[in-house]
Amino acid sequence: MTQEPLIFARGLVKKFGEFTAVDGIDLEVAPGEAFGFLGPNGAGKSSTMRMIGCVSSPTAGELRILGLDPDRDGPRIRARLGVCPQLDNLDPDLTVFENLTTYARYFGIPRSEGRRRAQELLEFVQLTEKASSRVDPLSGGMKRRLTIARAMVNEPDLVLLDEPTTGLDPQARHLLWERLFRLKQGGATLVLTTHYMDEAEQLCDRLVVMDAGKIVAEGSPRELIDTYSTREVVELRFGDDAPSAYVEKLAGIGERIDPLPDRLLLYSADGDGAIGEVHRRGLVPSSVLVRRSTLEDVFLILTGRTLVE
Amino acid sequence: MTTITRAPGRTAAATAPPASVRIMAALERYLTVYKRNWHGSIFSAFILPVLFMISIGIGVGGYIGTIDGWDYLSYIVPGVLASGAFQTAIGESTFPVMGDFKWTRGMHAMRATPLRIFDMIAGWQLYIQIRVFCGAVVFLIISALFGAIHSPWVVVTPLICALLALSTAAPVSAFSAGLDNDSYFSLLFRFVVIPSTLFAGVFFPVSQLQPFFRLLAYASPLWHGVVLCRAAMLGGPTPWPIWIHVTYLVAFSALGLWWADRAYSKRLKD
Repeated sequence: MTQEPLIFARGLVKKFGEFTAVDGIDLEVAPGEAFGFLGPNGAGKSSTMRMIGCVSSPTAGELRILGLDPDRDGPRIRARLGVCPQLDNLDPDLTVFENLTTYARYFGIPRSEGRRRAQELLEFVQLTEKASSRVDPLSGGMKRRLTIARAMVNEPDLVLLDEPTTGLDPQARHLLWERLFRLKQGGATLVLTTHYMDEAEQLCDRLVVMDAGKIVAEGSPRELIDTYSTREVVELRFGDDAPSAYVEKLAGIGERIDPLPDRLLLYSADGDGAIGEVHRRGLVPSSVLVRRSTLEDVFLILTGRTLVE
Repeated sequence: MTTITRAPGRTAAATAPPASVRIMAALERYLTVYKRNWHGSIFSAFILPVLFMISIGIGVGGYIGTIDGWDYLSYIVPGVLASGAFQTAIGESTFPVMGDFKWTRGMHAMRATPLRIFDMIAGWQLYIQIRVFCGAVVFLIISALFGAIHSPWVVVTPLICALLALSTAAPVSAFSAGLDNDSYFSLLFRFVVIPSTLFAGVFFPVSQLQPFFRLLAYASPLWHGVVLCRAAMLGGPTPWPIWIHVTYLVAFSALGLWWADRAYSKRLKD
């Protein structure tokens, strides 16, 4: 028997006045899945997350979360969600521990049970030593980890993470990814938004690429790369000349050429072969890099724009 | 190493807690925050009213003699009591409310949980009631030491202060919830709080005012609170029937709560 999806959306629309933030998207997220929304700022990811989190009503379309109607059963659904918002909203005057125990009370969790869960979660996010510290002096990475711990305090069926690592340094991001990966291994259903393709690749079993409020592609990271990009990408730089000046000279090499402001991307199944052809044509790039295709390339191919602009 | 394990697809029969639990959870948050910051409120809640009693009640009162047959200290103590509740209610409904939306985003954190918007409002109003009640009790004890209590009906004054605080805090919370800029608070303090405190019957009867300003005093919830407290503490009559004063404060409270619900919803629902 197929399990009911935790998130089901058909033709979901969110408008703010004349502006359409989410433009008729369809979604299904299965239990135990790690699902991602990948897209640049303003793509409609956070608006979609707010509707899934039952804090914003859809303008049109059908939305069911955990099999329930968000408009009618918002509090019941939210009782089973864990939310890590894009902007920190921890209580700065409370201690790390109190932030968890106070939040647990919103779910009707008894005080003793709240304290037990707080201890367990602080250990999970490696903040036990900071339990009695106030929130303000914590680093950005620690605050994010605490927010994730807070999102887990009600043992949610569905964890929503809106840009969980934006603004963090690489070390803090990797630590957070590792913790989220453990959550995923533990069976949690994760839904996250990100504009970092490496984050999507690391954490998501399946994702949708969003642009201008629409879903432009859907699949696993590997499927998306295989479907929309080539196996390898050659990055070429030509000194001071504008990359676009070389598009004609490189025509026919590889399957596609994308000139960016600082470099040219040459999509090819065989990167080394493509470089050989560049040299045979008498062109001498100032730098050459052959790499595997990423979701960033998929996004560029689908939308003509980079994820972080 | 702790591992948080979840069963995929578990459909726990988790339900939202009942309203009483939700409201008490919101109240608990505010009290926990206050536990950290209570020192700052001691001066305004307890010391300032005492200074008022000594400087104006006894000092200025020495030159005034009596009003309505009462020594000046006894006359102003009920007004200062009501005014303290009024100012605590406004103080707690301005920067803290706006800050919870704009700076700490604590309201948004609560909104992501089973709490309903009215639970947040009710929890905050209960917190203000506790603050006002504690302030009123301490003030009454000090007033008794100064010999300024003359009627057993004094026991109802904390209830009057509670109603006055709700009638003030509810609409001011709604006002604060709609703001993005705290400069509007200086207008509120200059054109509402200070004139009310000075002219709504705390220090002299409003019958001394010109008719237009007297109407403004009647419109202020503070005046209704002052005359009810004065009647309870001195044992005299109220200017209008008691039920009119009480109904006015109840109506102000109800409208304020309705407005707050709308203002919070507008801020939190989209």
